[in-house]
Amino acid sequence: MSILVNKNTKVVVQGITGSAGSFHTKQMLEYGTKIVAGVTPGKGNTKFDDRVPIYDTLRQAVSATGADTSVVFVPPAFAADALLEAADCGLKLVVCITEGIPTLDMVKVYKVYRDKGVRMVGPNCPGVITPEESKLGIMPGYIHKKGNIGIVSRSGTLTYEAVWQTTKVGLGQSTCLGIGGDPIIGTSFVDALELFQRDNETKAIIMIGEIGGTMEEEAAEYIKKNVTKPVVSFIAGRTAPKGKRMGHAGAIISGGKGTAQEKTAKLIECGVTVVDSPAVVGTAIYNILNKK
Amino acid sequence: MLNKYGIPTPKGEMTDSPAKAGEIFSRLGAPIAAVKSQIHSGGRGKAGGIKVVKSAAESEAAVRELIGKTLVTAQTGPAGRTVRKVLIEESIPVARELYLGIVIDRKTSAPVMMASAEGGMEIEELARKSPEKIIKMPFHPHLGLAGFQARELVFALGLGSAAYADIFIKLSKLFIENDCSLAEINPLVITNEKKVMALDAKINLDDRALFRHKDLAECRDINEEHPIEYEASKYDLSYIGLDGNIGCMVNGAGLAMATMDLIKLHGGEPANFLDVGGGASAEQVTQAFKLLIANKNVKAILVNIFGGIMKCDIIAQGIVTAVKEVGLGFPLVVRLEGTNVDIGKKILKASGLNIVSADSMDEAAKKVVESLKL
Repeated sequence: MSILVNKNTKVVVQGITGSAGSFHTKQMLEYGTKIVAGVTPGKGNTKFDDRVPIYDTLRQAVSATGADTSVVFVPPAFAADALLEAADCGLKLVVCITEGIPTLDMVKVYKVYRDKGVRMVGPNCPGVITPEESKLGIMPGYIHKKGNIGIVSRSGTLTYEAVWQTTKVGLGQSTCLGIGGDPIIGTSFVDALELFQRDNETKAIIMIGEIGGTMEEEAAEYIKKNVTKPVVSFIAGRTAPKGKRMGHAGAIISGGKGTAQEKTAKLIECGVTVVDSPAVVGTAIYNILNKK
Repeated sequence: MLNKYGIPTPKGEMTDSPAKAGEIFSRLGAPIAAVKSQIHSGGRGKAGGIKVVKSAAESEAAVRELIGKTLVTAQTGPAGRTVRKVLIEESIPVARELYLGIVIDRKTSAPVMMASAEGGMEIEELARKSPEKIIKMPFHPHLGLAGFQARELVFALGLGSAAYADIFIKLSKLFIENDCSLAEINPLVITNEKKVMALDAKINLDDRALFRHKDLAECRDINEEHPIEYEASKYDLSYIGLDGNIGCMVNGAGLAMATMDLIKLHGGEPANFLDVGGGASAEQVTQAFKLLIANKNVKAILVNIFGGIMKCDIIAQGIVTAVKEVGLGFPLVVRLEGTNVDIGKKILKASGLNIVSADSMDEAAKKVVESLKL
């Protein structure tokens, strides 16, 4: 098992001919991801890299290839439309990598996804990977290793850091997902925790949070009630000043709310192991698993 | 902007000249006027940035006093903001003051209108002390605020007449059509003549959506921005100045925050947050490096890169170019990991520059903090 994606996932790439889309499609193919189609309006009936058929519309791509999951690299101004297209074509999972989509566009997209019951990961995220099976996103493949740790994070490069540490201590990962640093995202920590709790292959969970919002607090409550697997967490942004947006559109402390201290206290209260250094996430989870 | 959506505001004129202040006062023709400092920050009233005047002479004196003054409010930080322009505005006899605002609520991922019968200066405090006095009304992002929701607000606020419902709908349109992240009228007043009017407003725009609001993008006032932060934005770099002395350059916002946290954990103080983003070019890295050095407080630099899309050789090349151009008068610690890490390390080594390398972010943070103790 694993969550969200595996070696049978049939992937279509929206925005396959753009610079990010084409670079990462090659990387994903190299990793072994089953990419069955690409979409770029106006470039139908051609092939990407001499092997992946390109279609003008997603509907054509889905009906011709049976793709069930999409990865979106469409530029921010057009991304919302691509996401609506994906929701309408009956995909079961949509992973949106695009950074910088206007917030109100995402508010509108979010409403449609929720009403239709389609799952989205992101936007502004590194994607989802089930090591040695399928990589949907922009993460460097080689740092991953098949194993039993589920990793979920709001940040991209900080996810890599956690992944690399768990690989180095020999544990490996079941599935890793970056849920994105924007204020409006499709999959929350709670959603991811629910999936990891249900997954037989996942023995422990790493959750990397950051300042802003209340998603970590909600996750803490959820863990207390529903998660029996050990959870290790780190919250980035303890030194961030109030009212300044730290790169991620979601990472801002407003009205004194959303501080790392508050989040840490809440997580500890709910039974989560919170480390104060991002450098010891791997060893912390290793120690927990080897005590049992 | 408010007037364009049919939301009435008091008459007023902007100026930076005391000489013109008297003239403006007379033109307004109101017995009382307010001279308001125009800075991009709230809490002006408490900080002495708003003066009430009753004559042309008083108006002149108030403008003379405010122009060039540095205002420190609850929202500006300790350095404050310099007043460059003031607004002279007719004073309206007010029967009631209300608060009205719209934000995106992250919990529900929907826009939410907030209203309170207790408007005026201290809405943040009200939110903290008696949140039950703020009415929250989430609305549909495609349909906007519905008429019945506006009427519910009218009666919940005790305004008594459905005729007031319009103002709520107008503000919701303004918010959606202009890609706002905040649209706030505080105070929204009912005048003695029972008319509704916005006495002051704060509108924040989503900078990601500015590409489709060219007219609004022109309102950007670079005098209101931190010079290094503005310079950074020109190169698509995300920079935020802090008070410490260790300059940081990192890829990815989360890793950048975590790096700052580690520096602090080891007893140092970060001088900035700087995210070079996912796919920076060598030129962007060079610019980023120059920005770090532009901060006079910086006494050491830490570069922490986990290359995914970002290739380590590009980072290394950018650092070498920058150091050769501007020189290096203090310790530089570099930690590279990820795509093309070996080529990157070779480039740094071959440059012959005095660069301390580290194999993990923990080691890097330790080394840079120690370098300052030497």
